[in-house]
Amino acid sequence: MTNVAIIGTGHSKFGSRTDVNLQELAWEAVKQALEEANVEQKDIQYFSVGNVGTWSAEPLPAVVIGEYCNLAPSGTMRVEAACASGSAALRDAYLAVKSGEADIAMAIGVEQMHQSPNPTVVEMIGRAGNYFWEFENFGLTFPGYYALYATAYMNKYGLKEEDLGKIAIKAHHYGALNPYAHFQKEITMEEYLKSRPVAWPLKLLDSSPITDGAAAVILASEEVANKYTDSPVWIEAQGVGSGTANLSRRTDFTTIDAARMAAEQAYRRAKINLDSPWKEIDVADVHDCFTIAEIVAYEDLRFAKRGEGLTLAREDQTYIGGRIPVNVDGGLKAKGHPIGATGVSMAVSLTRQLLYRAPNKGMQAEIRNGRALAHNVGGTGHYAYVTLFSTRRPGL
Amino acid sequence: MISDVRDAKQKEIAEVLKQLDMLTKMTGLPIYPEPKTGNPLWSDVRELDLRYQIPVKKISKFFDELKKGKVLATRCSKCGTVYFPPQDDCPKCKTSNLEWKEIQGEGEILTFTVISVKPPSFAHYPDYVVGIARFGDVNVTAWVDGPREKIKVGSRVKLDVSKREPEGYITYRLILV
Repeated sequence: MTNVAIIGTGHSKFGSRTDVNLQELAWEAVKQALEEANVEQKDIQYFSVGNVGTWSAEPLPAVVIGEYCNLAPSGTMRVEAACASGSAALRDAYLAVKSGEADIAMAIGVEQMHQSPNPTVVEMIGRAGNYFWEFENFGLTFPGYYALYATAYMNKYGLKEEDLGKIAIKAHHYGALNPYAHFQKEITMEEYLKSRPVAWPLKLLDSSPITDGAAAVILASEEVANKYTDSPVWIEAQGVGSGTANLSRRTDFTTIDAARMAAEQAYRRAKINLDSPWKEIDVADVHDCFTIAEIVAYEDLRFAKRGEGLTLAREDQTYIGGRIPVNVDGGLKAKGHPIGATGVSMAVSLTRQLLYRAPNKGMQAEIRNGRALAHNVGGTGHYAYVTLFSTRRPGL
Repeated sequence: MISDVRDAKQKEIAEVLKQLDMLTKMTGLPIYPEPKTGNPLWSDVRELDLRYQIPVKKISKFFDELKKGKVLATRCSKCGTVYFPPQDDCPKCKTSNLEWKEIQGEGEILTFTVISVKPPSFAHYPDYVVGIARFGDVNVTAWVDGPREKIKVGSRVKLDVSKREPEGYITYRLILV
């Protein structure tokens, strides 16, 4: 099977995008990716669209986007993996190329959550646990699910509010530097501590916003990639896992099993040392839909031992210059979390990091190993995708 | 009552629809400027009111017993796995018609949260505490009842079955012992 390279990336401005509809928003990312790769639509033999939808009007988004972006009649499908739908779309396009079915494929992630009023969106996301036993009867919200993790983590490891605050402050610091980010504004610990409760112990400033946005990447087989670019970024390995819909069926609320499994798979495939994988990775985007999720991610990805994720936060070890820079694009927390676009957005951010093309010098990590990691969790560990990107051709 | 909840929501919706009608009459189109940016938004004229019918036949015994004040889990007689929420199929053994077993005694709170930003369909309730408690070999997610300051990880709770108003349907909750 062939190696698969990213040869073009596209990213819309994230935020409240009431100036465009869903397909127009997707086009912003698709156009940028086509131009960057110097590829025409007719060359894209397959495209997948990560989109959760229901809050936006079009029930068949892949088709509507294919029409608007002139990608039809190539094969397509809409891909759903909750908040990891973007990574699922990437996976689908990646497998299409890897298997030899397509020489060039595109993964598009797009979500327009503002087509519905915010309370309706809160309702719809809340329904995304186990519908009947958690939402219908007990009204759990999405922040509520992660709050259950935060409470358990605080109780077990002595995590403090301020530790979560440090994650939020870091996200906003890098978000302020990222022209694509939803929030481009620094926050202080005081502002964080004063922010209003959403689902105790989580506050508004622990939470990623309701966002509109799109991202796209063009993937090509090894033979074809070399015709288009001298600087391909390879998808080195990917790990995938899933977990229970019912949180009550989990045994531990301080770790996400699906993510640990996905990380281990990806590390093994890339022959990365499982004891200290962070030594071989230059920069990571992790799924920080809520601040607690980032701390848990540090541990699930083995950037820190169990219970020591909070130490990385306390010691600012995940800023550029620390043990491993994490979410230097602002993360979901500040860049925004347009659910279906997030995974593709991570791929775009990291590809640009690896090529020293971060949109702002202050958010460019130092690239030593030529490797970046994306950790994208759907739901609260209902789905997990860990993807490794590398400037070195796999197998070399 | 369930219809009271709906009536309250419909009143809000009716107000918005009235404004939309006025707008359409005035301008000939259901387009209004988004308050923050002034971006023109088409306000959907076609409403989709979703309310699903969820089949519960395979676990109807759970609801029969709930009416009698009991909360039941299922248990596979072959491998012994206990399921809560209850299910009538054991995927491990590929068998069905599992045994029913009451969840009894005291449980222990594993984690909890207080929901402040509520979904609209729960907006008629004050902030509520949702917890997960361990009862022997199963965990139960439910609202936790008791003084907020006394609810902690490790708190002892028991299951209580009662009507939840204003919807007025029977459900279970965790109450501090």
